[in-house]
Amino acid sequence: MIEQATIDAHGLSLQEYRRLVEILGREPTLTELGIFSVMWSEHCSYKSSRRHLRRFPTDGPRVLQGPGENAGAVDVGDGLAAVFKIESHNHPSFIEPYQGAATGVGGIIRDIFTMGARPIALLDSLRFGALEGEHGRPIPETVRLVDGVVAGIAGYGNSIGIPTVGGEVAFEPGYAGNPLVNVFCLGVAKAERLAKGVASGAGNPVYYVGAKTGRDGIHGATMASAEFDDSSADNRPAVQVGDPFMEKLLLEACLEVMETDALVGIQDMGAAGLTCSTCEMAARGGTGIDIDVSRVPQRETGMTPYEIMLSESQERMLLVVRRGREAEVERIFDKWDLHAVRIGEVTGDGLLRVRDRGRVVAEIPNRELADAAPLYDRPIRCPAWLDEAQRLDLSALSAPPDLTRTWLDLLAAPVIASKRWIWRQYDHMVRTNTVALPGLGAAVVRIKGTGRALEMSVDGNGRHAWLDPREGGRLAVAEAARNVACAGADPIGATNCLNFGNPERPDIMWQFVQAVEGIAEGCRALGIPITGGNVSLYNETDGQAIYPTPVLGVVGLLEDAGRVLTRLFPAAGLDVVLLGDAVPDPAGAGGLGGSEYLKRVHGLVRGRPAPVDFDRERALQRLVVDAARCGMVCSAHDCAEGGLAVALAECCVESGGIGARVDLPGPTASNDGFDVVRTLFGELPSRIIVSVTPARGDELLARARSAGVPAAAIGRTGGDRLTVSVAGGVVADVALKTAEHAWATGLTRHLDPAAVQGSASWESAR
Amino acid sequence: MKFAIVQFPGSNCDHDAYHAARHVLGQQAEFVWHKDTDLRGADAVVLPGGFSYGDYLRTGAIARFSPVMGRIREFADDGGPVIGICNGFQVLLEAGFLEGALLRNRRLKFLCRHVRVRVEETDTPFSCGAAAGQVLRLPIAHGEGSYHAAPETVDALEANRQVVFRYCDAEGAATDGANPNGSLRGIAGVCNRRRNVVGLMPHPERACESALGSEDGRVVLESVVAAMAAPGAA
Repeated sequence: MIEQATIDAHGLSLQEYRRLVEILGREPTLTELGIFSVMWSEHCSYKSSRRHLRRFPTDGPRVLQGPGENAGAVDVGDGLAAVFKIESHNHPSFIEPYQGAATGVGGIIRDIFTMGARPIALLDSLRFGALEGEHGRPIPETVRLVDGVVAGIAGYGNSIGIPTVGGEVAFEPGYAGNPLVNVFCLGVAKAERLAKGVASGAGNPVYYVGAKTGRDGIHGATMASAEFDDSSADNRPAVQVGDPFMEKLLLEACLEVMETDALVGIQDMGAAGLTCSTCEMAARGGTGIDIDVSRVPQRETGMTPYEIMLSESQERMLLVVRRGREAEVERIFDKWDLHAVRIGEVTGDGLLRVRDRGRVVAEIPNRELADAAPLYDRPIRCPAWLDEAQRLDLSALSAPPDLTRTWLDLLAAPVIASKRWIWRQYDHMVRTNTVALPGLGAAVVRIKGTGRALEMSVDGNGRHAWLDPREGGRLAVAEAARNVACAGADPIGATNCLNFGNPERPDIMWQFVQAVEGIAEGCRALGIPITGGNVSLYNETDGQAIYPTPVLGVVGLLEDAGRVLTRLFPAAGLDVVLLGDAVPDPAGAGGLGGSEYLKRVHGLVRGRPAPVDFDRERALQRLVVDAARCGMVCSAHDCAEGGLAVALAECCVESGGIGARVDLPGPTASNDGFDVVRTLFGELPSRIIVSVTPARGDELLARARSAGVPAAAIGRTGGDRLTVSVAGGVVADVALKTAEHAWATGLTRHLDPAAVQGSASWESAR
Repeated sequence: MKFAIVQFPGSNCDHDAYHAARHVLGQQAEFVWHKDTDLRGADAVVLPGGFSYGDYLRTGAIARFSPVMGRIREFADDGGPVIGICNGFQVLLEAGFLEGALLRNRRLKFLCRHVRVRVEETDTPFSCGAAAGQVLRLPIAHGEGSYHAAPETVDALEANRQVVFRYCDAEGAATDGANPNGSLRGIAGVCNRRRNVVGLMPHPERACESALGSEDGRVVLESVVAAMAAPGAA
C-alpha cells in the first residue's frame, strides 16, 4: 500500500494517482509509482502545455520530421536533411552551472545524432540576473554563474568537437534565481536514413550502451517541474556529471551502427532515463518491451530497480537491433571500446515489463504510460499589473542632453556589447565549416560537398514578452528569421524553447498561451514550420517568476555558401541604405516601449513593444535575400536592441576602421522632446541596414519600392567617425575608436576586468 | 603523396586534416586507427587535434601508449615526416618525440581565435615552403597550450634552431601582447633534433581555404608535399 506522503513526494496529485491505479487495475509498486511520476512530470508529459502547442504550424514542403521524435528535420537538397532542436537545461544550471550547462549540451547533441545526423553546430541562448549592480560594479553571483555556464558549454562542446558558432545572452534581474540555458544543436543526415526512436518487431533484442548507471540525477525530471526555494541548492545530487569523451565514443559508434541496416530504433536516455526511453520507443512502435535491470551496467552497488529505472546518468543510449544482426552491432561498439549489453527484448504485448533477476517488479501498459498522461487546460487570466506596466508616459521623463553619451552607454550595455569574451572560449571553427565568425550576424556553417550553407539564429526578448507576450512571441519569430535573411538565407524551419514560470498560476499560463499564439501567428505568416522544441516551466524562485521567455531558433538555407553577408561595412565609399521605416510613428511610443534605451537610461521596463506587421516583414526579408543572392548588397544588419543608432554602430565596429556618416529624416523637436531619441534608439521591427555600391543604389531602391518596402539612402560609409544627423543637424558624433572601445569592453569589463586591461588594441574581425 | 591521419578515439580534427590534405591539396590521405600498427605506406604522418582519450588525466598522457605510436616511432626514426597539431603536439611531447610541456593557458580559459605566427626555421618538412620570417595567420583552439620547458632546454632548442614557429604580431614582432597563452619566448611550435618531427599548437589545417578566413596554413602542408617530391626525399 502506497502512503499519501509517498505520493506527494513523487509530485503526483491525487487525481493523477487515481488515474494510474485505474490504468494498472491495482495499487502500483514503488518502482511503478516512480516510473509514472517521471513520465507524468511536466518535463516529460507536457501536460500543461501540450494542448496549446497544437497551434504551431508543423507542415511544409521541406519538413521530413515534425514534432514527436528526438528532433525535427527539414530537406536541404542533395538528399540531405538538416536535423535540429533546442532544449533547456535551466534548473540544473542554477544548481551547478558548469555541469548543468555541460550536460545540457550533451543532451541535445544526443537528440541530434540519435536521428542519424552528424552534429555540426551548437548555439546557446542564455539569460542571467543583472550583471551591473550599484555604481556599475559587477554582481559577483551573476559573474560566477556566467563563468560556470560558459565554461561548461565550452568544456563539453570543445571536447566532443562540435563547434559552438553563435547564440545570444541577456541580463535582467528577473533571471537572478533562474538563469536560462537553452542549447540548440544542428546536424546533417542522409534524408533517406533518418533514424527513429521506435521499438518494433517482437523478439528483437534491446541493447544498452554507454556510461554505467549511477544514482545521479534521480528525479531530475521531477526537479525540473517544481519551483525553487531556499533549499534548492541542496538538490545538487539531482544534477548529473557530463563525460564528453564517452559521448564522443557513443556519437561515432552510433553513427557507424546506423550506416548498417541492423538498427531498428534508437533513443538516448535523457530526462527520466531508462524509463522514458523504453516506454517511448515501445509506444511509438505499438509494442511492448521487457527488460531486466540486473543486466544494466551499474556504477554503484546495491542499486534498486527503482533507482536504475529513474537514474539520469548521462551518455547512455538504448538500441533495438534486428534479431540475427547482434554480432555486427557488438563489433562496432567493441571497436570504440564500448560495451553494448543486451538487457531485454521487444514484445508484442504492449507492456513495459521490468524485471530484477527475472522477478517482475513493474508491468505497465506502455501506451497509457507514454500517451495517456493527464492533459490540463489550466485556467488563464491576464495579470492585473499588465495595464500599468504597458503605460508609458514620456512626458514624465526628460530626454538626455547628450545623445552621443547615451549612444556610447548603449553600446556598452551587456546585451549589446561584444560577446567575444564568451565565444572565444568556444571552439567555433572545428570541423572547418564555419563560414562566418560568431558575432557577425546569423551563424553560418557550410555543408561540405554541396556549395550550400546553413544559417542559424536564436532569438527572444523576455522584456518584450513580459510587456506583451503575444507580441513578444511574434517579434521573436520575426527577429530570428530576419537575422537569417540578413545573412542571405531563406528561413526554412524553426524550433522553439518556451521558458516560463509556474503554469498553475493563471497569469503565467496566460503569458504562455499568448506567447504560443504569437509564435504560431508569426511562423504561419512567414511560412516557417516548427519541427520541435522544448517547454521549460516552473522557472521561478520563491514565487518570483522569470520574464516569459520564448526563444526561437530559425534555420535558413543559403544556396551559395560564397554569398554570406555579415553586419560589417566592407569598404569606404558605399551607400548606406535603410530598408524599413526611418521615422518612428510619434503617435505611439515609437519603439521606446520595452526598449534597451528606456531600461538603461531611465531604469524603466514599461510600455509596449512596437508590433510587427508580417506583410511588411515578409516583403523585407524577401527583398534582402534576393538582393544578397544577386550580389547587390555588400552587408546587411538587423536593427534590434538600441535601435537604428546602435545598429549603425554595429556595422562599423570590428570593420577595420570604416566609419559612417548618415542623415536621417524626421522632426527634430516636438512637444515631448523625444523625437530624436525615438529616431536614434526606438526599437521598430522590420528594419535592416544594408550597404551597397553607389552604382547599384538606385536599383536597390527601385526594387524596394516595387516590393512595398520603404527604403532610403541615408548616408555613406568611410572616415574614422560615426556621425548621425537628423534633418541635416548633427545629433550624435563620435570617433569610431571610442565607440569600438565602449562596445568591446562593455561586457568583458564586468566578467574579466584583467582581460580588458590586457587588450589595448581592437583588431578587425576579418 | 600520401598522408596518414591518426585517429585516437577522442580526435576531433581528424576529418579537418583529412579534408585539407585530400580535398584542398588534392593529395592522398588515409585514416589510421590508434589500435593499428600499419601506416598504409604513408609518406607523412599527421597527429590531429582533439582530446585523444578524453584527456582527463593530462592531455596526451594516455595516447602515447597506444599501439600506433610504436609504429610512428619507427617511422620517425627512419626520418619520416611527422606533424602533431594541437592535441597531436601534446601527444608528441608526452611520448618524448619532442621536448617540453604544455600548461594551462595563462588566463586559464580555453581560447579559440586567429593568431599570427612567424616562421623561424625553414629547414623542416613542414616549413620548407615558407620564407624565413614569413608571418602566418592561423587559428588556435586550446586550453592547454602554454609551452614550457626548463631554461637550459629552451636555450638548447634555440641554439639548435628547433623553434619553428613563434607567436608574433601582424608586423612579425614577437611581443608579449601577441603571445596568446603565455608560452615561454612565444614558442608556438618546435621540431626534434633531426628536424623531421614538428609539433605546433595553431591549426594550419583550419586555414587552407579563403572561405574560412585564411589560407596561410596551406604552406605548412604543402611544404611536406614539396619535400617528399624533391629528389633524395626519404
